[in-house]
Amino acid sequence: MKTTIISESSNGSLHPVTAQLVGVASSMGEYITVICPGGVGSSDAAQISGVTKVISVEGDCFETYDCSAWSKSLSPLVEGDLILSSSSAIGRELISSIAASKGIPVVQDVISLTDGFSATRTIYSGKAIEEVSISPPCAISLRANSFESAGEGGSAETATIDVSQEVSVAVKKALARANERIDVSDADIIISGGRGMGTPANFSHLYEVADVLGAAVGASRAAVDTWDEIPHSMQVGQTGKTVTPNLYIAVGISGAIQHLAGMRSSKFILAINKDPEAPIFGVADYGIVSTWEEALPVLKNHLAELLSN
Amino acid sequence: MGVAVLLKQVPDTTAKIGISGGSVDESSITKWSISPYDEYALENAIKLKESGYGDVVAITCGPARAAKCLTEAAAVGVDRLIHILTESSLDSIQVQSLLSGAVKESGCNVVMCGKQAADTNSGSTGPGLASSLGFSCVGGVTEVSMDGGVASATRLGPSGLEEVEVGVPCVFTFDKGDSELRRPNVRGIMMAKKKPIDTLTPDYFGVDASDSKVSITSQSSPPEKRPGQKFVGSESVPEVVNKLREEANVI
Repeated sequence: MKTTIISESSNGSLHPVTAQLVGVASSMGEYITVICPGGVGSSDAAQISGVTKVISVEGDCFETYDCSAWSKSLSPLVEGDLILSSSSAIGRELISSIAASKGIPVVQDVISLTDGFSATRTIYSGKAIEEVSISPPCAISLRANSFESAGEGGSAETATIDVSQEVSVAVKKALARANERIDVSDADIIISGGRGMGTPANFSHLYEVADVLGAAVGASRAAVDTWDEIPHSMQVGQTGKTVTPNLYIAVGISGAIQHLAGMRSSKFILAINKDPEAPIFGVADYGIVSTWEEALPVLKNHLAELLSN
Repeated sequence: MGVAVLLKQVPDTTAKIGISGGSVDESSITKWSISPYDEYALENAIKLKESGYGDVVAITCGPARAAKCLTEAAAVGVDRLIHILTESSLDSIQVQSLLSGAVKESGCNVVMCGKQAADTNSGSTGPGLASSLGFSCVGGVTEVSMDGGVASATRLGPSGLEEVEVGVPCVFTFDKGDSELRRPNVRGIMMAKKKPIDTLTPDYFGVDASDSKVSITSQSSPPEKRPGQKFVGSESVPEVVNKLREEANVI
């Protein structure tokens, strides 16, 4: 079976999820093509074990993101019974657009996939789990960090294709730079704050712990809705991001059903809340009944000490 | 001219999702609402209408209960209501074929919807529909205004928050922004009750609703968490940190 993978990039290089996509494709068949939009990361993609061919697609249209222009450039190069992408915002848009142009169905944000194809995904932002069976040809986006990566050591041939595609979306003005901190969707460890933090300025205490751990900082919907300083991109839960890190630390978050839906599948959960009855303790592996003012300084110092050894 | 806004009726985000016999038990859902991201699209569509950009047509695809979200949309100022009545679970191509038929019939050249629905969390509809209609697509926007045939939108792109321009026809998918859906007034609610709904079937659009390439084999509740360990006071923090390393092995 032939599989085509749309590679994922971040900050001008190949995103590690691309190797996870190759890992899945390798378990499904032998002929694997990786398409790199804008040529980003094509030499790294060629070194992923199991890749048959890399297509570096280059052209002016890749200077800024335009879903339609990118999709029209990539779609003619996509072949096979299975198309894979990451379920990032751009990954989802591109694969939806490409699948529609080919008249094949797309299933998004899959967390487990077996030959044939049977796919598992969360619905209602994690309140339930669904299994679907899909008849090929089809397109599937996969959630990052849910699958084993393929190793290195490949030496795929790379073809460069220049495309000339009219762009319809013009970027006029940058209003704010992307947050340079790691995004909650990509992080192994997340520390999130809720309205219990009292003021948005107090999130600085979460950032201090995050810096020690290399963690991302998230927030509850209550915090995002209450404070303009806390952007929606940090929101974990229904109408925010569904996350599955190794460790999720919830601070001053009571645990509304929408929040629990988005983080309950984390491998381990540590909750810090002054209210012993807070629902967050119902999903926490470790719960500490304490104010954040008392707990966070001890947490930061103890982590720093432990991790410096 | 005109804006088509796509609405999906979903269980309210505060609702618990019950499972019975291997599938979601709809009778356990006490409240249905317009999917939250679609509400942002609806509010922006109404604002465009107020700025003089043609009528707003609301389109939904779903079972009989979904008509309620059209009436809610009429109460805040939508001009025309289209309900594509479907009872079975559809794949992305079927949904996009139905919606693209309805958009073409509405004559609208701007389409607005949420970036994803709160039930499936997929996000396939907006970009897929744009592709099948041959429209441009701008995803994850929080605000759209029109000047002549050119739209100006604020989106969260890969390099940050940016302002983009795009010509029509175009599909915009909405992220959460500052413009929450207005509340209807009493007159709006009364008028909406009388507003006719054009109810159309998949047959009307030449779509075979039984031919889904994606079938749901089972739905289940997430695994129960094992009971956790609870500690009291900040003096327990060092012990918990040690457990994160020794027991959980996550730091």
